[in-house]
Amino acid sequence: MEANSRSTGRLPAAFLTPGSSSFMDFLGEHSPELLPGNRALPAVQGAFEAPHGTTIVAVTFPGGVVIAGDRRATMGNMISQRDMEKVFPADEYSAVGIAGTAGLAVEMVKLFQLELEHFEKVEGAQLSLEGKANRLSTMIRGNLGMAMQGLAVVPLFAGYDVGRERGRIFSYDVTGGRFEEQGYTATGSGSVFARGSLKKLYRDDLTKEQAVTLVVQALYDAADDDSATGGPDVARRIYPIVVVIDDEGVDRLTPERSSEVAHSVVQHRMEQPDGPRAALL
Amino acid sequence: MTTPFYVSPAQAMQDRAEYARKGIARGRSLVVLQYADGIVFVGENPSRALHKFSEIYDRIGFAAAGKYNEYENLRIGGVRYADLRGYTYDRDDVTARGLANVYAQTLGTIFSSQAEKPYEVELVVAEVGETAEGDQIYRLPHDGSIVDEHGSVAVGGNAEQISTYLDQRHNDGMSLSEALKLAVQALSNQTNGNEREIPADRLEVAVLDRTRPQKRKFKRIVGSQLARLLEPGGAEAAPSEPSADAAGESGEDSSGAEESGQ
Repeated sequence: MEANSRSTGRLPAAFLTPGSSSFMDFLGEHSPELLPGNRALPAVQGAFEAPHGTTIVAVTFPGGVVIAGDRRATMGNMISQRDMEKVFPADEYSAVGIAGTAGLAVEMVKLFQLELEHFEKVEGAQLSLEGKANRLSTMIRGNLGMAMQGLAVVPLFAGYDVGRERGRIFSYDVTGGRFEEQGYTATGSGSVFARGSLKKLYRDDLTKEQAVTLVVQALYDAADDDSATGGPDVARRIYPIVVVIDDEGVDRLTPERSSEVAHSVVQHRMEQPDGPRAALL
Repeated sequence: MTTPFYVSPAQAMQDRAEYARKGIARGRSLVVLQYADGIVFVGENPSRALHKFSEIYDRIGFAAAGKYNEYENLRIGGVRYADLRGYTYDRDDVTARGLANVYAQTLGTIFSSQAEKPYEVELVVAEVGETAEGDQIYRLPHDGSIVDEHGSVAVGGNAEQISTYLDQRHNDGMSLSEALKLAVQALSNQTNGNEREIPADRLEVAVLDRTRPQKRKFKRIVGSQLARLLEPGGAEAAPSEPSADAAGESGEDSSGAEESGQ
């Protein structure tokens, strides 16, 4: 069966059997070995290191949501990559940011994107935002075995809910627990610092531009205190990836626009290293 | 027990072909045309939810005439094939040629197998290229043969008549509005000179537009945009709405609907 689908032979029976609209379900029946959750895990001795992605932040504003990530991947105390991408558009109205074991996370995103696209093509309609968030939950649950061995993936999911006409954010834990966040959240090693920053600066009446600046401020603060998070790399021209989602769909900021925002944040920090001050009551 | 009559293979095949052709002819015809920025699919379809055209992959579209449950089955098989192939290798490794070959093998095997009834479907698989030269259109009749087409294709009951009409009037440099109007004329012209009006709300129109910024080039054209394009002198610079692409109404999976006799 497997060989058939790759050559130019007849479509195998499994392809023409009416069934679920889920690509993961189809893979599970037709080529279970391709599903990340089905891998046999060897017993691990001692510490095992793989590149890790670090900080992702998300903020809602009236009419949409912004999700952003720094660019650093680390392996232990080494920087393994300076320009990694950790925020990906998942479909027309949602994006996913990943923290945790980079290799597995990127694979999970690829499968998640395909899952949403496959459903949309087969059914002729998009999944609801809740449906997408739940699907991601299932995938993280499938990775629990590897998470227990230290290869955890913890994504952040943000999207525009077409029915409710607002942006929403979902955070996850390694067991697949799904939590809707109000206003803002962060995940990854720098998230404690990013969350502190967001907490002081967030308001519920931000404009889109303010929300974009806010996520970059939060990433700067995370990079300031967490060695695994990378700040804007002005010398190499590597800036955070910022994705804005509103009723017009997903829009990833161009490198020029992202650099503009990052430069203005860095410029302010030259004068005020601790960043903008929130009012004391 | 009766002795089965001898039927020559040639006769058997002819009977099967006739059976399939009759089934296809009961459905409405549709056309696929190249235009300046891509490929347009036009057909008469009173249903808003049961589509004749759909997206298979980034640059690949699917059109079918004939029996709904049979082509729907093939469509989903194609989506599974494309998604699995793209997941295993890379998105660029999914091609219309590969998909057309798989469909041809599938239809061919079903057609020549005595155990199965032949599928009453005729398919078109089209891929939009970076330039007009890269466009590919394959027509797949019920028997599993495969025809590499260029310019314009018609499938369904009156395919021959419509093809002739299109061949005389179509050119590759047409604007979307011109191509669409020509397609509607060709479809309304079908019953031997008796022209009849097809209202816009009975038209199903989709494009593979190479100028779309998204990697998924398939887009349905509905509502006001369709009306604008069909106007005499048609507004060409139709703004593309980002939301309206592959998403249609659900209910497409409520199989069993047969379009014959509509």
